[in-house]
Amino acid sequence: MGGVFLSLAGGPPMDERDSQDPFRDLGERLDEARRRRQSARDSRPDDDGAAANRDALGLAFRIGLELVVAVGVGVGVGWALDQWLGTRPWGMIVLLFLGFGAGMWNVYRAVTGMGMAMGTKRGKPGQAEHAKDTGWSDEDED
Amino acid sequence: MAAEQANPLHQFTIERWVPLHLGGIDVSFTNAAFFMVAAGVVVTLLITLATRRRQMVPGRWQSVAEIAYEFTANMVDEYVGHGGERYFPFVFTLFMFIFVGNFLGMIPWAYTFTAQIVVTFAMAAVVFIGVTIIGIARHGFRFLTLFVPHGVPGWLLPLLVVIELISYFIRPFTLSIRLFANMVAGHAMLAIFAGFVVSLGLFGILPLAVTTALVLLEFLVAALQAYVFAVLTCLYLKDAVHLH
Repeated sequence: MGGVFLSLAGGPPMDERDSQDPFRDLGERLDEARRRRQSARDSRPDDDGAAANRDALGLAFRIGLELVVAVGVGVGVGWALDQWLGTRPWGMIVLLFLGFGAGMWNVYRAVTGMGMAMGTKRGKPGQAEHAKDTGWSDEDED
Repeated sequence: MAAEQANPLHQFTIERWVPLHLGGIDVSFTNAAFFMVAAGVVVTLLITLATRRRQMVPGRWQSVAEIAYEFTANMVDEYVGHGGERYFPFVFTLFMFIFVGNFLGMIPWAYTFTAQIVVTFAMAAVVFIGVTIIGIARHGFRFLTLFVPHGVPGWLLPLLVVIELISYFIRPFTLSIRLFANMVAGHAMLAIFAGFVVSLGLFGILPLAVTTALVLLEFLVAALQAYVFAVLTCLYLKDAVHLH
């Protein structure tokens, strides 16, 4: 442990340090790597136009189907419920509208990227802040 | 030209290469199975061979492997955030399998197994069930708060919980149909326009130009759909790991 402090305070010259103990300045190097990683992460949304393009294209391909499938699944489940419970045609009618609502909401959330529920765009900034401290460690979340 | 050759959907026919029946279940080795095995072999060979002689300055193949790794690692890091690192191998496997499968399908006469709803739905079902299990394992009953949106007036809550439930359970469908429909539509469109090239004679130059453009578009779609599938898997994982 003393070695780390020694190297932080200047320590012996470079070549001597390397030959003695490869783990000596490990903490230093880890910090350096984390800093580099974090700065790369911070600068990403601003200057990386290609990534933004890719995301936009991916989003466009994604949301087209969201509505159709939601309505389709709603009708399908409604039909199955009707067969099972003998409530034709009410299950199908109700679930058609519910499916439509679910589809609309999914599209809305996908486009606005609201943080309120599933399928939204990306992790909240707070999570990225948290990740900064621990990096890629394997420890459990709270 | 035979009638079945002109059918743009003929390319998706399953052919039993090695007929095999076990206890009344058809487990024949088909053309789809062959290309799935091929995709697995290609990915495995690419990663193992490319990383066999690791160098500080990567060679051509090592670069490919590193780009694939970093691309997926960034995706998991960006979309799942902290706690998502342990699911990286799963997302990477899924992404590489679909990506290579889509691109194998672009080789003439090759079979596009991602154009089979069974295949895509099986993958989507694994993602859906896996994410649900991860969420329950990490959060227990608190996982159910995923279906209760914040800041909603009380009288609207029952309706919204039902809608949230529906939008949760349609996930495997949207995930699988998106990939399947894009691959089927693209490849069928290619076959239709390519068919016009022959039948129009000299004027076939026009559909030939369209086909060329469509091939380029299909390459884009092949990469993009693999990316979208992986990104959505990440988003679903984020829900399971972080709840809201």
